[in-house]
Amino acid sequence: MYKVKLEEFEGPLDLLLFLIKKDEIDIYDIPIAMVTEQYLQYLELMELMDLDIAGEFLVMAATLMHIKSKMLLPPEERSPEEAEEEDPRAELVKRLIEYKAFKEAASSLQSLESRQRDLFHRPGDMDAVEVECNGEKFFEASLFDLISAFSTVFANVSKEAFLEVIKEQVTVEQKVHDILHLLVDKPSFALKDLFDSSKSKIEMVVVFLALLELMKIHSIMAVQKELFGEIQIIRNPAVIEPTKV
Amino acid sequence: MENKELKSVVEALIFVSDKPFGINNIRDVVDNVPEAQVRQVIDELNAEYEQTGRSFIIQEVAGGFRMATRPEFASWLKSFYKSKVKERLTRPSLETLAIIAYKQPVTKPEIEAIRGVNTDGVITTLLERNLIKIAGRKDTPGRPLLYATTNEFLAHFGLGAISEMPKLPEVQQLIDAAPGPRLDITEEKNDTIQTA
Repeated sequence: MYKVKLEEFEGPLDLLLFLIKKDEIDIYDIPIAMVTEQYLQYLELMELMDLDIAGEFLVMAATLMHIKSKMLLPPEERSPEEAEEEDPRAELVKRLIEYKAFKEAASSLQSLESRQRDLFHRPGDMDAVEVECNGEKFFEASLFDLISAFSTVFANVSKEAFLEVIKEQVTVEQKVHDILHLLVDKPSFALKDLFDSSKSKIEMVVVFLALLELMKIHSIMAVQKELFGEIQIIRNPAVIEPTKV
Repeated sequence: MENKELKSVVEALIFVSDKPFGINNIRDVVDNVPEAQVRQVIDELNAEYEQTGRSFIIQEVAGGFRMATRPEFASWLKSFYKSKVKERLTRPSLETLAIIAYKQPVTKPEIEAIRGVNTDGVITTLLERNLIKIAGRKDTPGRPLLYATTNEFLAHFGLGAISEMPKLPEVQQLIDAAPGPRLDITEEKNDTIQTA
């Protein structure tokens, strides 16, 4: 029984680089016929081994054969435009060189990673944005923080409160106004307070949507003092004071 | 402020902080202290730790300073703090990150043009691990999302700033040496970026 060791290739460019390196081929002068043949042999091997061959591998096979056919044409039989064209391999060579550079960059990142993995430190969110409001420091709450805050509020609401069947007439637009009004009177309020005044599930959802909308247009910010702390809503310090509506 | 006192204050600030402590934060606390002086006392602290055989150092990552243990203690720490051991990134992840790091902000089709393979899954993983972020949309047809690296990325690789990335100079030379028209890999830096 034969044992075949087949390297795993990230993609067609990776496979081509491997073939070039294996035979110590000059990357600027690739013997296209030979490389194409080897490339197709590898694809066959991959097929034999029942590996899924991604479409990209087949596209590259077609590209290689196209280049090969172009190179087979004797110079005098090429049309004038074609004769002026660059080496049919040039485009492929450029792609290979660029890919090779990033492949090498990935390797240097890998060695940086190994070095850093041996250093232990305290946990902390590296990308938390700090904002100052009334001399206190906050960092911005993420969407996930908001959703978990919302689900906590939702879970705490007693079921009985929803027995009444009344068609609610609350709109996101109206809630947006309400929230902005609150922020005219005071610089910040707790997210919880906002939901406490809601009378129904629908209203709570609408309030939540209004919050998201205002955050999207950067009118307000949801901030917290510590991880999993209470979420406060503040005016976005980067935006001019909202005027009374 | 005396150098000796500054050194202790800086050490205390970095000791307590749960994320890299920026030089500017230090300068907020201690008025008018030049950056060079802060760096100097941190160097001195590191030299002292080294001399006295401490188990940690002050490391500069993502534009700030934090305390981290020396690599020689890794084997002991790994056995206890299992959850703190970060999973190694896979080849496709590293390749994609390298492209994003050097060409950011960059779109998925641009990344795929270089790698020659579909990159959907990899991008999702990198976003989940907070190593990359969406940095807006490119003003081209379809308005594709632009990706950029995060501070978490810098911390993962122990880099102080993106400028500390190993350089890619040979690439440009290699491409220049190639037959055919010049290909600039540092193109498209001035695209209009719109925040998402």
